[in-house]
Order: sequence, then structure tokens, then C-alpha cells
Amino acid sequence: MIQADAPTILPLELKDVSLQAGQHRLIKDVSCTLDAKDVTIIIGPNGAGKSLLLRLCHGLLTPSAGAIHWHGANGRDPSLYQAMVFQRPVMLRRSVRANIDFALSLRKVPRRLRHNLIEEALHRAGLNRFAKTPARVLSFGEQQRLALARSWALRPQILFLDEPTASIDPAATHVIEEVIMAMRKEGTKIVMCTHDLGQARRLADEVIFLHRGRILEKSGAAEFFAGPKNDLAQAFLRGELLWWHRRELTPP
Amino acid sequence: MTDFGAAISTAFALVAHLDRDLSEVVLLSLKVSISAVLIASVIGLPIGAALALFRFPGRTIFIVVLNAFMGLPPVVIGLIVYLLLSRAGPFGVFGLLFTPTAMIIAQVLLITPLIAALARQVMETLWLEYEEQLRSLGTTPLRALGALLWDGRFSLMTAVLAGFGRAIAEVGAVMIVGGNIDHVTRVMTTSIALEVSKGNLALALGLGIILVVLSVLVNGMVYFLRGNQRQGGTL
Repeated sequence: MIQADAPTILPLELKDVSLQAGQHRLIKDVSCTLDAKDVTIIIGPNGAGKSLLLRLCHGLLTPSAGAIHWHGANGRDPSLYQAMVFQRPVMLRRSVRANIDFALSLRKVPRRLRHNLIEEALHRAGLNRFAKTPARVLSFGEQQRLALARSWALRPQILFLDEPTASIDPAATHVIEEVIMAMRKEGTKIVMCTHDLGQARRLADEVIFLHRGRILEKSGAAEFFAGPKNDLAQAFLRGELLWWHRRELTPP
Repeated sequence: MTDFGAAISTAFALVAHLDRDLSEVVLLSLKVSISAVLIASVIGLPIGAALALFRFPGRTIFIVVLNAFMGLPPVVIGLIVYLLLSRAGPFGVFGLLFTPTAMIIAQVLLITPLIAALARQVMETLWLEYEEQLRSLGTTPLRALGALLWDGRFSLMTAVLAGFGRAIAEVGAVMIVGGNIDHVTRVMTTSIALEVSKGNLALALGLGIILVVLSVLVNGMVYFLRGNQRQGGTL
């Protein structure tokens, strides 16, 4: 059972992290530090390596080279303090309530404490009335809210989100963003990748711009959206469809 | 055609009279095959799930052998169990040869590979979907195994049914290890074989019809249960 007041495992430091699959280096010498607070948004085009970077941080993938270090862990297992929401929600073939209960039981939360955690998480995601419904009959948007509620119940210190609103309508996106911000307010570090620049503007405190497996820019959100230093990031922000054709760019 | 007509009327007559000999044979058939299916499921389903989940040296060979064993000839299994259980064999002291227990053992050996191989395919598809999420939640291998078996339970019913179908229909293994002894080890398939060799075709066909109807009933029952669950949206 994770104590809510346990010291944070952050900051997270990546040192020259690379990921190789066959001949291709998909993540190239990435070094960066993620602090304990705030929302870090990773943006970049398809194939930039956003999802891979999240999975490396979360420990689902092992880097081919480099090191990932949780500075605050001090010998504790960092995986117990993390959660992740995937692009496609993965729901067990059980009720909504049982899906959250299963996650809590994996984290060894005592049975007597689970009920309240589940109720609260369902309430936050607006899913109370579905508690006994089989999770897989929910709509895609509702399932994604449930995935977020499941993560909420775990009280993670850091939450990774892999384009959680990629195929979800604006109303459901709004609910999901609200829950994310509520978690941030309670002290959970949010690391999320998205294609949606509007969403990045709404949520980000910090932006990482990823391109072909490299971090080209990492800066505060206000600074980044006011005008990124990197020329490819500038073109990406302007929404140029062939923005990677550097030579053809018009001067900003 | 007259044979078929006679067979059908014989079958009806058999069922209508609920002949004691007949019900004994039918009940023993069901008892042997259902016991075999239960035991084979307890062994085969976890093996199938484990093969889907774990990577270990020799896994591929194991899977190839398992798939090949799906089609083992029942007479060969019967022969092997016969040699093992006969008085001179390693398990001869138990005196199991020509008992229903011997028939159950032979059928378990026959259908465990089938159930395990089919279960592996179901579990592998499910694991592909669940793996990242379960690892993210911090699952232990054992919990993952349990979750897969539970969540795949309706698809696994198909594997179990296939095992039941093979068990109730086979004649070679139970004939060799059971010996088709009247009132002791006579089951439907061995009765049919006997009646055919006696030239009693109508009775044999009648028994055959009852066997098919029983098989359809069991499958229908499981399908119905599964259908109800589906409507409940569990799948």
C-alpha cells in the first residue's frame, strides 16, 4: 500500500537514453530531467518517439543505452508510485468497479480501504452510475474516463498519458482534462504526449518538443508558445503540413 | 433407407423405454468423459495460459509438440495406457486396467494437449491486449495468469467443449483400456462398435443417434450460457 504522504520518487533523470529496434535507433541520446510538480507535455509529429519515450520512463521498455534514474526513490521500487493511461483504454472483462478493484489489489491496497477509493475515483470521473456495468460496454470515451479513474484510485506520484484524447469527442475530452488537472492539483506529476496543440496550450506548464527520437526543445509553456527557439518547432506550431522541409520554410 | 427408418424407430424405442442397460451405458459415457474433461481442463488451461505468458528455452518446441499432439490417434494412447496399467507395467499394482478409471486416464491424456493448445491461442490474443496495462499496474506473473484465465473464460469454453467432443466420441482408447465389459466399462461408442460387429445395425445406429443428440445438447447448453453472458456484456 502506498502512503499518500510518502516522499516523492521524483525528479526523474534520463541520461543519454537510446532505444534501438533492429537497424533503427528510435530514441537518440535523450537527456532530460522531469521535476516533481506540474504538467509536462510532449509534442511532436507521428513517429517522433513520444509513446516510446513515455514507455521508457514508465519502465515498460528498457533502454538500449543510457540510464533512467529516479532520484527520490532511495531504494524503493519506483513502479509502485506510477500509473499510465494508454491511447486505447484496456479494460478487463469485468464490471467498472471490479476493474478499479483489480488495480488496487495488484498494489496490495487492503480490501477495507478499496471501497472508498473506488467510490471517489468513480465520482471524479463521473462514472458512479456505471459502477456495476461491464466495463467493455461503455463507450470509448467512457472507457478512457474509467482508465483515468483507475489511475486516480492508485494515487500515483507521476501519471503518464499517451494521447488519451486522441479519438474522443470534445465533451469527453473536457472531462478528461478536468480530471487530469484535478490530479495535478493534488500533487501528481503529469507527463502527457499529445498531437493536439490546443490541448497542449490548455494544460502544459512545460513543453518538450520531440522530433525523430531527439528532444529539440524543452522549455516553459508560456515561453514555448510565445515563440520556440527551434525552427522545426516553430514550423510545427504554425501547423505547416510539410513543416519538416526545412529549406522551404518561410522566415518567421 | 429401411436401416435408417429402423434405426430411428429403434432409437425412439430405446429412449422411450429408458432401458436400464442403455441408461447405464449412457451415464457411464457421460461420467467418464466429463471427469476426463474436468481433469484435462484443470491441467490444460493453466498450461495454455502459461505458454502464452512466459518465454523460456524450448517453448517453441513445446508448442509444436503440443499442436501435433492435438491429433494423437486414440488407439495409440489406449495402447500406451494399456502397457502402463497392465499387470506387468509400472502401474500394474494399482489394478486399474479394465476399470472406468483407466478410461478416464486415457481420455485425459488424449484431450489435455487439445485443450492446452486451443487455450494457448485464446490466451495469446488476450495477453497481446492486456500485457502493457497489466505490467503498468504492476502485476505478478501469477496474477496475470489468473486474470487471463478468468477474463478468457467464455472463449476457453470452446476449448473445453472441443475436448469434450473428442472424449465422448472416441472409441479406440476406451476400448483397449476399458475392454468393453458389460455393466463395468461399456460406454456408448464401444457398444456401437460391438453392435456393428454383431450385425445389429439398427441398434448401433439408434445408439449413434442418442450419442449425437447428447453431444448437441451439451454444446447447446454451453452456447446458451455463453450467449446469456454475452448479452450481459461480459465479453
